[in-house]
Amino acid sequence: MVEYKELFYFFTWRDVKVKYKQTALGFLWAILQPLIMMVIFTFFIGKAMNVPSDGMEYPLFAFSGLILWTVFASGLTNAGNSMVSNAQIIKKIYFPRLIIPISSILVSVFDFIIAFLVFILLILYYDQSVFIGQAFIFWPLGLLVTVIATFGPGCLLAALNVKYRDFRYVIPFVVQALLFLTPVIYPVSIISNPILKYLLALNPMNAAITLFRIPLTESAPDMMTLWISLASGVLFFFFGLAYFRKTEMYFADLA
Amino acid sequence: MKPILEIQSVSKKFNIHHEGGSYLSLRDRIGELVKFKPSRKSEEEFWALKDISFSINPGESIGIIGKNGAGKSTLLKILSKITPPTEGKIICRGRIASLLEVGTGFHPELTGRENVYLNGSILGMRKKEIDRHFDEIIDFAGTEKFLDTPLKHYSSGMQLRLAFAVAAFLEPEILVIDEVLAVGDAEFQKKCMGKMEDVSKSGRTILFVSHQLGMVSKLCKKAVFLENGSIVGYGKSDEIIRDYTKRIFTENVYKVNENDSNKPYSVTSIRPLNSELENTSSYAHDENIMLEIVFVIRKRMNGTNLMVSVNNKNGHRIFSIDRSIDDVRVNINNSATAYLTIPKVSLTPGNYSFFVAIHKPNTMAYDILDKICPISVFDNGSEFIKYEDRWFYGDVFVSGKLEFK
Repeated sequence: MVEYKELFYFFTWRDVKVKYKQTALGFLWAILQPLIMMVIFTFFIGKAMNVPSDGMEYPLFAFSGLILWTVFASGLTNAGNSMVSNAQIIKKIYFPRLIIPISSILVSVFDFIIAFLVFILLILYYDQSVFIGQAFIFWPLGLLVTVIATFGPGCLLAALNVKYRDFRYVIPFVVQALLFLTPVIYPVSIISNPILKYLLALNPMNAAITLFRIPLTESAPDMMTLWISLASGVLFFFFGLAYFRKTEMYFADLA
Repeated sequence: MKPILEIQSVSKKFNIHHEGGSYLSLRDRIGELVKFKPSRKSEEEFWALKDISFSINPGESIGIIGKNGAGKSTLLKILSKITPPTEGKIICRGRIASLLEVGTGFHPELTGRENVYLNGSILGMRKKEIDRHFDEIIDFAGTEKFLDTPLKHYSSGMQLRLAFAVAAFLEPEILVIDEVLAVGDAEFQKKCMGKMEDVSKSGRTILFVSHQLGMVSKLCKKAVFLENGSIVGYGKSDEIIRDYTKRIFTENVYKVNENDSNKPYSVTSIRPLNSELENTSSYAHDENIMLEIVFVIRKRMNGTNLMVSVNNKNGHRIFSIDRSIDDVRVNINNSATAYLTIPKVSLTPGNYSFFVAIHKPNTMAYDILDKICPISVFDNGSEFIKYEDRWFYGDVFVSGKLEFK
């Protein structure tokens, strides 16, 4: 893989470039998507339904979840479709196949960096108090857990999609459903039923968002759900990776 | 010296699905699992390659020839690690780069410059290498004016040139090329051929698949002949190509059995022959073409000629040979045999047929046969090889004199 690090760079660079080519707003799109979602959720979930927000202003609360959620959602979608959309290259050239789903996740990380600037502006605007020391640990950690959480299912879906094109239709559906099964627009504390709580903790994004919000809130996270979620993320990571490695040899025959 | 590439009894199997689309769907899998639906029995095994073994020494250039579907491309895909062999293994002692397509990974939205870097790195070039050769690449492609224009605004010819230019500066130890030179205009092809010759002279190993036998014989000292997934010949490229052209022989002997004809003269058989007097349908351009014509004389008529003409692929007559047969000494009702020799380097590569007539000039014809005994001529390294399949430069070679004063 090390030998191919330049190819990593070029694939990511290509996807970033192509993503914003011939768009009038360019990189602004990386900001607009979570921002518009935030406005919608603030009105309907925050204001109309009065969902609590761990002591933060609801818009900031929603944005802190959405910023990671966008990485996961677009990363999973792009990684899941990456092998099929790059079939022409796969059939003609050899290189470690993992480069493709990984670089499509890196594109989402690139978008995160831009959206993160807006996140900082929102913190300043709402005059939110931040535990600075924690922020330096938990924000990068939250992003790392998000990338791990995206990587496992992303590789799994990419490999499955090559063989069974059904997954092309499964991916957007899964992403849509998961948004409501992840504490993006509501806090974990809202769920009181213990069985339901631990069941939802199986979602690896649960831990990512919880970790990311630690510096912003005084309420301590539920450690049990956090560990379950982290373990599930690691499990998915290795399962997805193993399945991908097992099937990658035959991608060119099936694609 | 250890071979740089060893192919050890490599086989490749594909499963062909007959029913429905070629994609699997989950429904079928689930159906099989719960035995709700019997599994598709329409799956058929197909061995694209069977027990292929050969080895290549460093610096050798090997041509791979064979008909469509012989397994050439599958072999190249296995060699370039794109797909694994079902059986057997490959030992490779060098950096391998494959060029199974030109412009792999070209993206229409990116500019020429960006695509050079992307394509180069997909083909296995380091960024430093691309930086170093960048000006040469652009120069080779001749697209400097459009460097920062998105590729989608390029003409298809320009895209090809750019793609080739990148590929031309690949510097692997082993280069695997699939038929890609069959595109591009003549001048550009010449450049590419020159570049390929440089590469092979610089001691690198080339594996080259092509239908253009002329190119194979010019570029490669050795050749592999594949048929139905197996090697049927491996050796010097001239010999292998000769072998190959014999194999793709098409029936082209003309024969009639009308002995009771009442014509004074009639042709009974015509066979195209090579210099060993074997029947063939394919000739190298630098090989004599012979035609054996057997005819019966039932009644001698004074002033009778035998005319043989060569038709080009459009059926137009190119040239004729006309001789009197009045002096042919053969008994009445017996056969006489005439041999026509068309000297080597007369007909250009292409397809031809013959016209044969026994006639009394401008008066009457006793027997006429047209468009018979089809033959083809292939380029075995002529001065016009750069135009192979690209430009029609005529039906005959003429050594005209061109002087500059």
